[in-house]
Amino acid sequence: MDAVTLEHITKTYEKGTVRAVEDVSFAVKPGELFGLIGPDGAGKTSIFRILTTLLLADSGTATVGGHDVRTDYQAIRNTVGYMPGRFSLYQDLTVQENLNFFATLFDTTIAANYALIKDIYEQIEPFRDRRAGKLSGGMKQKLALCCALIHKPTVLFLDEPTTGVDAVSRKEFWAMLGQLRQQGITILVSTPYMDEATLCERIALLQGGKILSIDTPDNIVRAYPHPLFAVKTDAVHSLLHDLRAYTPVLSSYAFGEFVHVAFRQNQPNNDAALRDYLRARQHTGIVVKPIAPTIEDRFIELMTANSTAAHGN
Amino acid sequence: METNPAPAISSHELSKHFDGFRAVDRISFEVAPGEIFGFLGANGAGKTTAMRMLCGLSYPTSGQATVAGFDVYRQQEQIKQNIGYMSQKFSLYEDLTVLENIEFFGGIYGLTNQQLRTKSEELVTTLGLQSEAKKLVRGLPLGWKQKLAFSVAILHDPKIVFLDEPTGGVDPVTRRQFWELIYAAADRGITAFVTTHYMDEAEYCSRVCIMVDGRVEALDSPANLKQQFHTDSMDDVFYQLARGAQRGE
Repeated sequence: MDAVTLEHITKTYEKGTVRAVEDVSFAVKPGELFGLIGPDGAGKTSIFRILTTLLLADSGTATVGGHDVRTDYQAIRNTVGYMPGRFSLYQDLTVQENLNFFATLFDTTIAANYALIKDIYEQIEPFRDRRAGKLSGGMKQKLALCCALIHKPTVLFLDEPTTGVDAVSRKEFWAMLGQLRQQGITILVSTPYMDEATLCERIALLQGGKILSIDTPDNIVRAYPHPLFAVKTDAVHSLLHDLRAYTPVLSSYAFGEFVHVAFRQNQPNNDAALRDYLRARQHTGIVVKPIAPTIEDRFIELMTANSTAAHGN
Repeated sequence: METNPAPAISSHELSKHFDGFRAVDRISFEVAPGEIFGFLGANGAGKTTAMRMLCGLSYPTSGQATVAGFDVYRQQEQIKQNIGYMSQKFSLYEDLTVLENIEFFGGIYGLTNQQLRTKSEELVTTLGLQSEAKKLVRGLPLGWKQKLAFSVAILHDPKIVFLDEPTGGVDPVTRRQFWELIYAAADRGITAFVTTHYMDEAEYCSRVCIMVDGRVEALDSPANLKQQFHTDSMDDVFYQLARGAQRGE
């Protein structure tokens, strides 16, 4: 049995004028680390709120742990852990008091499930008498995760746990998720950071309430349909303009120090011809090398292909 | 041989202490006019505190700094008139229309009605917002909001624009378009002072300053930093420096 299922879920706001989630279907297997990847407004939070029974969908069905979100909401609330995007613990209770409170709510004790939170809790234990409101961002996040885990949930929902978090803390957080996964907990996590997608077993790419693709990160990048090259010259800014004026090029987007260039057709001399073109345009320090696409390349490709209103080039 | 124009920002041993806690600890750097200057650091490294001093919003404990040639102790009001500011959290008024926002911010910065008319038209055309001009900002997609917010922040042609995580949560295509707006502003001579958590964006900066525990731990071009730290990614440079941090947010 799948841990989470969604079938044709649609959710609108403002009397149907804002389509937050449109006909979304997917399933998460027990023990899986599943990622919802997409920018703000993709529908990630609405999906989380529907699955945690905090919001009713307009249409479609969904289950968590075999329970229907509409009729069996009480059973779901007892068995899932939810860490919302906004810090939602009691700011004027201490670390210890918050944990106790959530354990009591779920009719359990900190001691009963200590093994599950031990690794995370040890990092905030020195501050156990500090009020939650006075903790640093990283500490708050760890406390929120402990509180979401205290009743040993079967499914853990993490809504953008790493947004606004620096690169070092993001790495630490994903390492914690890896450990939780080994304990058999199903994890559904959302993120706007495309580089975090590769840390999930399977991902759904979301944009504007719709699913662009669902698969393993490997399969998603493998399905990228165009020949792709990383290009660099000494004049980055004029390089972008020149690439856009070059007909064989389908798209060109900056990726760090390189520009990722997709060609319309798979010609063996694509790279040599591009080098000649750039040389003729007075570029120096030309580097053109074939590369494997990243999740972000695929996301951009799907996003622009699916949207006639795309403002990309 | 080189002419040295007055720096857009100059900071010398700038510090801010809160009850003995050194939030910003003797930071020194200069930012050239038209430069895109990346200001990175882990949560709690002191970025926001430093930025508030440079924007004329809080007084330093010690050290010196000038922004657009004005002193951060004595000329805070002149600083505010000569900078633009935009962040992920604060950008535009949601319950005003696109045009009303432009008018409001333009008015605050002292643009004349004539200038406002010209600027509004220019801005709306450049961003392709003609059909949205009279709609509330609330209804715009986030990416458009952020592009509009940036354009409004530089409406008065400031010498420097401060951008505090301007692209957080924005889709990958819009994120890149946003950077092209920054480049275009820099081409017009506007200096950009940018914070971001996206390490690929650090590569788009002419120079990057990385703060750790209130201090400037590294300051150079992305290429030189990568060479110095023997790696091919800014992500790794940042990781090597910031994982040694002693304090959180």
